[in-house]
Amino acid sequence: MTALLRAAWDFVVGDDWRLAAGVVVALGLTAALAATGLAAWWIAPLLVPAVLAASVRRGLIPRRRTGAPSERMYKVDQRGG
Amino acid sequence: MTAAETSLALSVFLACAVEAVEAFTIVLAIARTRRASSALAGAGAAVAMLAVAAAVLGPALTSLPLGVLRLLVGGLLLVFGLQWLRKAILRAAGAKALHDEEAIYAEEAAAAAREPAAGEGLDRYAFAICFKAVALEGLEVLVIVLTFGANQHDVGLAALAAAAAVLAVLGLGLAVRAPLARVPENTMKFAVGVMLCAFGTFWGAEGAGADWPGGEASLPFLVALLALVALALVRHVRALERAAPAVRPAPGAPASGAEA
Repeated sequence: MTALLRAAWDFVVGDDWRLAAGVVVALGLTAALAATGLAAWWIAPLLVPAVLAASVRRGLIPRRRTGAPSERMYKVDQRGG
Repeated sequence: MTAAETSLALSVFLACAVEAVEAFTIVLAIARTRRASSALAGAGAAVAMLAVAAAVLGPALTSLPLGVLRLLVGGLLLVFGLQWLRKAILRAAGAKALHDEEAIYAEEAAAAAREPAAGEGLDRYAFAICFKAVALEGLEVLVIVLTFGANQHDVGLAALAAAAAVLAVLGLGLAVRAPLARVPENTMKFAVGVMLCAFGTFWGAEGAGADWPGGEASLPFLVALLALVALALVRHVRALERAAPAVRPAPGAPASGAEA
């Protein structure tokens, strides 16, 4: 069961859990603002690129700090995408 | 065919083709190194499992209320799309090793050759590796097919695009009888990532209660916005890489990051 849950987590969340968290925040804020009757369409197009940019930069941090290859450069990953 | 249907078919085709290329490499390596019939049986069993999952999950998804469906589907597409796009950006900028089908083929073939030979009957190693490869690569495609298809109320078109991609890759692979190393996988992943993010943003926000100015007419703008942001990130990361180049493995070191 634990293995199954871990596989499901890996499948949905992938390498960077902050991407999934960012999506939840973006859609949550959109829902909250839309519930007040204000225009909420602009939140996701603003936050999604910001979440992506932050995640890409995080992929570089290990190399920039240590001189090591960035983003698990030499590790075989089982996931697609 | 409307613009939305064309985008749907193209996105599913590209996503499925990329995953099919990756699965084909592994199945080919195992089939050539071990018992081919067991490798093909493993791949076939995985395809059958995915088909059953599609038959069960497809109607279940389409029975959800539209708002819930769009929120769920938008969120899932966004999470997948952002992961694809992130990897594609890092690879395009040289910060992450490109997916090397020939290296993966060699690795898989070497690993398979190290395993003890199978006796009579089913080669369990060949079956298990091929089943896992096809199931893992196919599962992501299944989610994309079902979510795109259910949201557009056209699972049939999405399934057709996926089947066309698998047949195209199989046909090409059987013609060249080698890993499909020349397929521009990263460019395809980049394009798919942009499309998944654009559709995910559109449907997710709509499901959360937002009204898009111009309705579906805002989709091309979302695609353009995300493509521009992604290209800008590639340039930015390239500049960082030039400023501090990554450490490369020494000659003779183990094969580099042939990530999926």
